[in-house]
Amino acid sequence: MKKRNPWLGVYTFLVFCFLLGPLVIISITSFGPDEVLKFPPDGFSLRWYQNIFEVDMFVSTFVTSMIVSFAGNIFALLLGIPAAYALSRYDFKGKALLNALFISPVLIPGVVLGFTLLKYIIVTFQLPVYAALFIGHTVLMLPFIVRVIASSLANFDFAIEEAAVSLGASRFETFFKIVLPNIRSGVIAGVVIAFLESFNNVDVSVFLTGPGVSTLPIQMLTYVENYFDPTIAAVSVLLMGLTAVLMFVIERLLGLAYFTKQ
Amino acid sequence: MKKRYMYGLLLPGFFFLTVFMIVPIALTIGTTFIQDRTFTLEGYIYFFSDPYFLDILWTTLQVSLVTTIVCNVIGFPVAYYISKLGVRKKAVLLALAIFPLLTSAVVRSFSWMIILGRNGLFNDGLISLGLLEEPLEILYTPAAMMIGLIHLFLPLIIISLVGVMENIPDDLLEAAESLGASKIKSFWKIIVPLCVPGIIIGSILVFVGSLTAYTTPALLGGKQQVIATFLYQNAMTLNDWYLASIVATIMIVITFIVIGLMNALASKLNPKGYAS
Repeated sequence: MKKRNPWLGVYTFLVFCFLLGPLVIISITSFGPDEVLKFPPDGFSLRWYQNIFEVDMFVSTFVTSMIVSFAGNIFALLLGIPAAYALSRYDFKGKALLNALFISPVLIPGVVLGFTLLKYIIVTFQLPVYAALFIGHTVLMLPFIVRVIASSLANFDFAIEEAAVSLGASRFETFFKIVLPNIRSGVIAGVVIAFLESFNNVDVSVFLTGPGVSTLPIQMLTYVENYFDPTIAAVSVLLMGLTAVLMFVIERLLGLAYFTKQ
Repeated sequence: MKKRYMYGLLLPGFFFLTVFMIVPIALTIGTTFIQDRTFTLEGYIYFFSDPYFLDILWTTLQVSLVTTIVCNVIGFPVAYYISKLGVRKKAVLLALAIFPLLTSAVVRSFSWMIILGRNGLFNDGLISLGLLEEPLEILYTPAAMMIGLIHLFLPLIIISLVGVMENIPDDLLEAAESLGASKIKSFWKIIVPLCVPGIIIGSILVFVGSLTAYTTPALLGGKQQVIATFLYQNAMTLNDWYLASIVATIMIVITFIVIGLMNALASKLNPKGYAS
């Protein structure tokens, strides 16, 4: 192995400081005792963490976000698993087009998805906020579910499935007893990635939230517009904790190499 | 298996996306061209003849272009360094790059508000070093927005590039050098061309991402509107749904033009279709 250019290492270190520094700074400020955001803080206090629970809109919007992300995720799985299966198992006319359709919600700008959904579905049918968020987030999550599951099906040997069928198992039974257990980690990873995408979403949700019902990121945006205290920094730290846990789960199930594959 | 079963598996998702995505988008685009049952381009003439609207569109395109270029320039050497590391170190650095990517854009933009604010870390630091006398107004300017966007999308470029660089065998460089190419020449003639697919995919993601970003411009950009915040303002604050529909259509068209152009570029540079 040739020796590496040491300057490249220094440069990489600096770029990572740029990437992670802001997250470290936001974490440290969250423990400051002052009313204003200050770095470095003058002392140590947990009052802003306490404030999260006293301003109960954070708790209620967190619950809303959880409900919407979970419900949307389950529905996206119900729609996405059969689709991913059909798309990776068979060749047929129009396959490329359907593939593109299932991936397309990622390519359509979020504000466009949110606005058009609001204009033509939510308002037309007078749907309540929860239904609106549920529909929007299902659309948002579907491509992630389909893509991750299709990629784990690509590694599945369909000969095993054929063997089960030729031994007399029904297609349905085979799917649940043979195929699904084999792609289990892909399914869970897809769920986690879709969950993060939905839970952090702003640009679609911002059109769909309504009076009294909001999601956590939208609530954070509203709070930042009105107050500039370290509460958001404290919420951010809790969210980063959640992200770290979920990232660990993805790494266990898919490996981080998933992210470098296109 | 019979065909109808297979279509049966695709039908629920197809139906859902058609009703809740395709139809609303098609209707939105349609209404911008048809008013009172006749075809018209009036809305677009109105949009493209107003310097204020054009300024927003132009700013957005400029910001997206600069973000894409800067991310590539900053990210390329980093990706190269990471791709040459051993398994362990590579995994750690990739994890550190992916973590911000999975962190909420609200959190990441907010962290820049703390740093770039009037009494933020950046201004305080420069003043106490004596480099500045008065704090600079960076927050709520296009510059702040751009820093936020670069921070948002840099990891995306890094991991896209690591993905392609990993697949370039070391022997290629050694072969070029043993044949007499200088280090710099072999880098430009071998590494860079082989990275083109990664550059293109990463650039599409970053450009389209910056073009359509809402959170970061809303938090860091201040009064400076971009098309995403402009669409939101017209739809939700001003209730001008016609103008919002026009903006939505323009965003979709630009997105697909960018993807189409980049793909055309990719197939031109890699006739064998290496990019896909």
